[in-house]
Amino acid sequence: MNMSDFALIVPEIFVLTMASVILVIDAFLHSDRREIFYLLALTTLFGAIILTWVNHFDGRALGFNGTFVVDTMADVLKFVIYLVTAAIFVYSRQYLKARDLFKSEFYILGLFAVLGMMILISAHSMLTVYLGLELMSLSLYSMVAFNRNNVLSSEAAMKYFVLGGFASGVLLYGMSLVYGVSGTLDLAGVSEYLAAQQSFSAPILLGMVFIIVALAFKLGAVPFHMWVPDIYHGSSSVVTAFISTSAKLAVFGFSMRLLIEGMGIMQDSWRDILIILSVLSLLIGNIVAIAQTNIKRMLAYSTISHVGFILLGFIAANPEGYSAAMFYTVTYAITGAAAFGIVILLSREGFEADNIDDYKGLNYRNSWYAFLMLLVMFSMAGVPPMVGFYAKLLVLKAVIGQGMYWLAIVAVLLSVVGAFYYLRVIKVMYFDGAEDRNKIIVGSGVHAVLSSNALLALLLGLFPGTLISLCLTAIS
Amino acid sequence: MTFQYGLFMFFAALVVYGAVCVITLRNPVHAVLHLVLTFFASAGLWMLLEAEFLAIILVLVYVGAVMVLFLFVVMMLDINVSETREGFVSYVPVGFLIGLVLLLQIRIVVGSEFFGLDQYPLPVPRPADYSNTAELGYLIYTVYVYPFEIAAVILLVAIIAAISLTMRRRPESRKQMPDKQVKVKADERLKLIKMDAVVSVDKKDQGDDV
Amino acid sequence: MNDLLFDHLGFLPDPAALTVATLMKILLIMIPLMLGVAYVTYAERKIIGFMQIRKGPNRVGFFGFSLWGLGQPIADGMKLAFKEIIIPTNANLYLFLLAPILAIVPALAAWAVIPFSDVMVLADVNAGLLYVLAMTSLGVYGVIIAGWASNSRYAFLGSMRSAAQIVAYEIAMGFALVGVLMVAGSLNLREIILAQQVPLNLFGFNIITSGWFYIPLFPLFLVYFISGIAETNRAPFDVAEGESEIVAGFHVEYSGMAFALFFLAEYANIIMIATLTAIMFTGGWLSPFDGLLNTEILSVPVLGALLDSGIHWLFLKMVFFIYLFLWFRATFPRYRYDQIMRLGWKVFIPVTIIWLTVECAGILLEIEPWFV
Repeated sequence: MNMSDFALIVPEIFVLTMASVILVIDAFLHSDRREIFYLLALTTLFGAIILTWVNHFDGRALGFNGTFVVDTMADVLKFVIYLVTAAIFVYSRQYLKARDLFKSEFYILGLFAVLGMMILISAHSMLTVYLGLELMSLSLYSMVAFNRNNVLSSEAAMKYFVLGGFASGVLLYGMSLVYGVSGTLDLAGVSEYLAAQQSFSAPILLGMVFIIVALAFKLGAVPFHMWVPDIYHGSSSVVTAFISTSAKLAVFGFSMRLLIEGMGIMQDSWRDILIILSVLSLLIGNIVAIAQTNIKRMLAYSTISHVGFILLGFIAANPEGYSAAMFYTVTYAITGAAAFGIVILLSREGFEADNIDDYKGLNYRNSWYAFLMLLVMFSMAGVPPMVGFYAKLLVLKAVIGQGMYWLAIVAVLLSVVGAFYYLRVIKVMYFDGAEDRNKIIVGSGVHAVLSSNALLALLLGLFPGTLISLCLTAIS
Repeated sequence: MTFQYGLFMFFAALVVYGAVCVITLRNPVHAVLHLVLTFFASAGLWMLLEAEFLAIILVLVYVGAVMVLFLFVVMMLDINVSETREGFVSYVPVGFLIGLVLLLQIRIVVGSEFFGLDQYPLPVPRPADYSNTAELGYLIYTVYVYPFEIAAVILLVAIIAAISLTMRRRPESRKQMPDKQVKVKADERLKLIKMDAVVSVDKKDQGDDV
Repeated sequence: MNDLLFDHLGFLPDPAALTVATLMKILLIMIPLMLGVAYVTYAERKIIGFMQIRKGPNRVGFFGFSLWGLGQPIADGMKLAFKEIIIPTNANLYLFLLAPILAIVPALAAWAVIPFSDVMVLADVNAGLLYVLAMTSLGVYGVIIAGWASNSRYAFLGSMRSAAQIVAYEIAMGFALVGVLMVAGSLNLREIILAQQVPLNLFGFNIITSGWFYIPLFPLFLVYFISGIAETNRAPFDVAEGESEIVAGFHVEYSGMAFALFFLAEYANIIMIATLTAIMFTGGWLSPFDGLLNTEILSVPVLGALLDSGIHWLFLKMVFFIYLFLWFRATFPRYRYDQIMRLGWKVFIPVTIIWLTVECAGILLEIEPWFV
């Protein structure tokens, strides 16, 4: 450790300091002046954006005896996390106020979750991977439980906590086996150790399986997906948005570090496991989503199917595949934030717009938001001008490049099945009469952020080149 | 058999005994006390490894603080033991089977082939003035400073989460406010009203019984 | 001292000689300690009697002489030893009998690492400070288990109060000791005392007792001693016993020797806290004139030995702090429970943390007296 190491973690230090500052300010602040910490939380995220931008350099640097790494992938993922989180914070204000949940702890926990994600993405040692994951998960558990008077959300928090704790335990067991055999916590060290082996011993293989189980759990891949629908449904829409977007980006970074950087050499061993996880996720996610009447549950199953696609990129096991998976994750986070943004927006005091029927005739109530939802649904379904199309295309191209035609065909067929339930939402919005005639009240800030968020999905679809090349440089 | 080996066997047996009791005893307070025993015996094992700092910290933190709070909570709970035992017998065969499979797996994976004395040679005995504590402190604050600080942040988040999820403002509860009580003046408490000593009373209000 | 005992046991094989020597040393600590406990109870009654203009015990003596009541503690001990131990119905038998043992064992075990003088110490271990902290933190088990196993509401309430209080004050106590080990640079109690040997030099004069840690760590000294009083459940923090509310707290159901063990543990802990305060903050066995007197005065037969550092200075300091314990009991009314908790969590812990920060700055910037 030396002082120049601290320069690498300036964004992390900034977020931590600001979260602590908000915590202290809150203790001395009267409860009607709550806007201050909301603004401070947003300032923190923008400050982090600026610091990450300024701190960015081409290449890769290790710090703190190899426990911390900063590279283009980390910076891009962090950047998207800041933006998505800021957007969700903006959406959240009205929603939380209506439910008497507009408290500083929500934003503080959110910032700590972001800090955990940053640490996880920049982890270069099994120790920091685990700690970052725990920091993120612990904040998320308590955010899910935040609406403590709601039975559904308490139940969701309990399930998330118990299952998440179990997954962490499995991860820890796997990592300890790998550590026990290789004798190092450093991911580069693990990689070196693995490269020196002719064949992999039982502890290493079992350790790898355990790590993949934990990854699959955190991603929500079938058969470790049981928590996803319940938690998406049970927690308040704001938290669901946070879990399904920012957290997914972080878990992608987690998978890249542990699976690719640490155990990339074992790709022949883990590829088959990932193929099973991916095909099952696509199958269950797309088919079960059709049966859902609750839009949050539907989006949960849609997330599961998207995870199947992301895993396809890993299965390709080359930089092209990884960058495709990264592109997919980033664009999914952006469209997901917009989708949940609309769910949050349509909710009001005492009412959650979480049934698909609540969207009936949205076009007649407010045609602009119906249009935004249309863009988002098209993007998730993978309809051509939207970014979701390119995401799917890149992943499939990577898989076909490896000669796995059958896998590509299965994925395409299942995503056609999946298109049904996205289009059903559009049908409901445009062709059914409105039952709910309440006026939709939206602040101008939310309006602007939500519009630009959804339009970004279109814009990236029209001009995907920059992001694609960014992902390619990030991986290589 | 050396004295050290005997001590190791003693502590190891105590750990196993305590751990088994923790999960089999019906009375939760007894179970917690056996967990304390397990911690103590583990501290003894660490002491044998010359890791005196870890051993004492285990006693200080886990036994001295964490388990006390645990005991505190468990004692106040009124657990119906028979209820928690319901369906226990029907799960026994399944549990036994899973346990057996796990045991076999553990035997295969963490056997002496991979974790034996060849891979993990005995630690070099240190002289008496070697300070384990200082070495640990040195490593924690230099090599592992980043993970160490993250661990601290995790604890902070745990505190925030616990407080924000459990603390409720109860408007109906009353508490003393010494600062306000001290500042109170006589005229805030007592109001003197001037009035006549005799009040004329209406006949109607007097009622029948007078 | 070790060698002295060891040499006289030369006729035994080495391991046996070591065992016997160690056992003898344990007895050398235990017997004076037990006598000390007995006479602290006597002192308590006499001193508080004096403060309240009463006489205190003055009847029981030896061989027909009343001797200011000096025989009282012995008589009390005999009485307790011959009384029946009553086990309440529905009490948890094993835990009920285990509780007094769990109370007395840590109270005695902690004495193993206490250095009485430069050479007189049973176990000169590296992590002595941590060991003491660990042992004193275990005393709470006796209290909690006694309260629970008695199957009595009063006892249970007392033990709950005591557990919460002890855990709260242990943190402040631990932090105060962190301050000590930062200045001393060691966890070894002997080295902590030796680190207090260097007096502060102001304008070319060595100031008396200025090397002792109570000067650079004054807030921590206060926090430690007051937390020590709370930790031993003594007045004014004795809500765990609270005669007026819950009869006698956790040991209300105990009688005879079982009760005596709690009693012994409580007073052994008082002496322990007084000793630790003497060691950590006021230089242990060091004489206040240490390093100030020249060898001529020190070589005067009796006076020299008295003025030089030695075990008698430790005893003197211990007596002073024990006296403070008794004095507080006679002076202060009992705290209310929420006040105790507020003092522990909201005053002492922040104070210790602030002072640790000051100390860190002092050490980092190499300012005396924090940096030696």
